[in-house]
Amino acid sequence: MTVDFPDDPVGEFPRPPREIEDGAGRAITLREGQSGDLEALVEMYVEFNPEDRAQGIPPGNESDVREWLEAVSGGESLTVIGIHEDVVGHGMLVPDPEGSFELALFVLRDYQGAGIGTELLRTLLGLGQDRGVERVWLSVERWNDPAIAVYKKVGFERVGSASFELEMAMRL
Amino acid sequence: MKVLLGLDGSELSMRALDHAVERARETGDSVTVAVYEGDSAVDLEDLADRARNRLAESGLEPDVRRLESDPGSQLVELAEDGFGQIVLGGGTISPMGKIRIGEVIEFVLVNAKTTVTLVR
Repeated sequence: MTVDFPDDPVGEFPRPPREIEDGAGRAITLREGQSGDLEALVEMYVEFNPEDRAQGIPPGNESDVREWLEAVSGGESLTVIGIHEDVVGHGMLVPDPEGSFELALFVLRDYQGAGIGTELLRTLLGLGQDRGVERVWLSVERWNDPAIAVYKKVGFERVGSASFELEMAMRL
Repeated sequence: MKVLLGLDGSELSMRALDHAVERARETGDSVTVAVYEGDSAVDLEDLADRARNRLAESGLEPDVRRLESDPGSQLVELAEDGFGQIVLGGGTISPMGKIRIGEVIEFVLVNAKTTVTLVR
């Protein structure tokens, strides 16, 4: 898709790895994802609450989850995972054919509302800055106010609205 | 039943065409294909040829129309001409794997008087 990116870059974001304490006092590790994390991610997505799916992802069963994760991993894709014993959050930057990156973020329901998504997002953008990513975009369902608020807070700007989704973008 | 299939050349719309053709062979439905330019640029002439071939090789009447501007409202209007159902591919797929429902599909879903099938 064609995205109109904002002209000015946003500020610096923190790089992984990081240790944070979430709003519920839990110690969360945020680090770059590795190929060996696949099984832990599959486990997280199999537990994922169907209500938190967005635009068809994550898929609803294990083999589709595996196929999807394999399709969006590797190559130039960048990932940051949040760990509290198990993987509780996952953020991805996936390259598009125009040289920019699509962003998506998922946090397990029991860990939502505690600021993990925001820090996962900032750390993922920091990893992107570290690896020379310049343009990031995402689409979000237009009724998903909590997610839109988080994206705005870290500096994403609304750039368009397809129909059910609205598009947001950022220059790093 | 007369089925109207909207085709914009996206992967999911091509899947919808296969779906409609297979159903038609089982049920004896007729399929009219309306080609239009959706979110990605396509050569409509080439797309219409591919649709005609697909229908013809399945033994169906190769009824293919071309919609120029405002495909959503044209699909809805065309469907009022005795069609029982509109079939569309469920949008495009982003690099992340997200399904994106474009303007045309939204317009048809909201405004069509017939049943609308979204193929994914």
